Amino acid sequence: MIRDSDFDDLAHKSGEWLRGTGPESDIVISSRIRLARNLADFPFIRRCSDEDRISIERTVRAKMDSIDDWRDIRYIDIEQLSEIDRQFLVERQLISREIADAEGSRAVAIDPSEQYSVMINEEDHLRIQVMHSGLDLKLAWQSIDQLDDKLEGAILYAFHPQFGYLTACPTNVGTGLRVSVMLHLPALVITRQIDKVFRSMQRINVTVRGLYGEGSQYTGDFYQVSNQITLGHREQDLVSLVGDDVVPRIIEYERKARDFLVKQGQQDLHDDVSRALGILSTAKKISSEETMHYLSKVRMGVNLGLIDDVPVGIINKLFIHTQPAHLQKLQGRLLGSSDRNVERATYLQRHLSGKLSDGDLN
Amino acid sequence: MKCQYCEKPATFHITELTEPGGPQVMHLCEEHARGFLQKEASSPAASIAGALAKQLNLGQTKQELAELDQKECPVCGISFFEFRNTGRLGCPFDYTHFSTDLIPLLTNIHDSVEHCGKRPHRAAAADSQAELIQLRREMEEAVEREDYETASGIRDELRRIEEAGSSDQVASEDEE
Repeated sequence: MIRDSDFDDLAHKSGEWLRGTGPESDIVISSRIRLARNLADFPFIRRCSDEDRISIERTVRAKMDSIDDWRDIRYIDIEQLSEIDRQFLVERQLISREIADAEGSRAVAIDPSEQYSVMINEEDHLRIQVMHSGLDLKLAWQSIDQLDDKLEGAILYAFHPQFGYLTACPTNVGTGLRVSVMLHLPALVITRQIDKVFRSMQRINVTVRGLYGEGSQYTGDFYQVSNQITLGHREQDLVSLVGDDVVPRIIEYERKARDFLVKQGQQDLHDDVSRALGILSTAKKISSEETMHYLSKVRMGVNLGLIDDVPVGIINKLFIHTQPAHLQKLQGRLLGSSDRNVERATYLQRHLSGKLSDGDLN
Repeated sequence: MKCQYCEKPATFHITELTEPGGPQVMHLCEEHARGFLQKEASSPAASIAGALAKQLNLGQTKQELAELDQKECPVCGISFFEFRNTGRLGCPFDYTHFSTDLIPLLTNIHDSVEHCGKRPHRAAAADSQAELIQLRREMEEAVEREDYETASGIRDELRRIEEAGSSDQVASEDEE
């Protein structure tokens, strides 16, 4: 049974995908797959009337409701949300910026573990997403394939025998599949190898982008690798291109760079990550950007065994929970930028100065 | 330094590594950076414009393209010009109606024009998808003018097409 829901409780929890578990989770934050699908009997979103959108939303909701084993699905009417709540879901990666900023009837269905979500009336009628912690694309593909089958049992999709699943944008047509792996690559950044690594990837149909950038460095040192093409390959092959071919190579380079850093200057590195932890756990006000920068160093320190009393799950959680909408939800009130900086510092201190265990993740 | 899109100071400096013309640096304020980073990995309108530009170089004359721009889908009414500008199609039938024009584009983007992945167990035949959208519109109009008899007739027709579509699909899978 699908229930309408607010999500104030989410602010105090972490999604499953942030736990810092799963294969290669010292480097891979999350593996995500999304499928773009459209209903056969409606125009694509841009040509939909307001009534069409309402009709799509109601149809999909009713169909999802008829799927027996969908228990405890949270159904959120995005149109009714405040801006801060929409931003919260974006920070949480449960909805896209595009659907947050759109107008008209639109919604998202989320499972309790936050591993899968279905956006309704995004750029396509349906955007199905599955997210796992660490590098686990095969499991992510199995989950999303099953979810897609269940929805397909209830909904008639727009499909063309030659072009495959039809999407509003031709860059998604065919499989409608986008695989995205979020990587944490601080050592490749410090050793200035990152551009070289990515230049070598340019010809193999993957897109790489830095997230949360600052100068030639990237605050947080996060990178996302995705497949570029969606037509002409089987889903499993696209998943394998990213998961078996590209990402393991990047992981190997990052590991080599980390080894190099440890061998070259163990003391300098140890000093650097300890200072980062010091700043995060004692600062009285701190910006989101600075937080990212130091959290990244601490995360690497934890993974290299240089910091041993902070679980990596806590660090992953802090990356998300120190973002503006999360801080405000946790406080239960709107905060200006300078108040947020103070609140952020307090929040970090509370989580980093004491010794927290994985049990404190939730 | 100011943000590229507004007067606020640029606090985020983002380098796009996989731009075709080499790495590209963006200087943005927090708000624009968020918008930029949370977009899909690549901008579809930009890549479609790029692919269409290539297509033009590959022999389509400006006049041919101008004629193509005027072409409209009979189901959703979108013109090729509008599609070219927004990078988004208007309805599933566009893939049938603009099929010849989309094929070079798809080749440029995906290096393929043939889906070889998953197929739904049931799907409406390509032609009847246009009918489905039109009939649904007519049904809604009938409901609006409280002509429930017509509306219910159209609903039966919609069901019939959906069911016929399902068996068409099974047939085409059997042929493979």
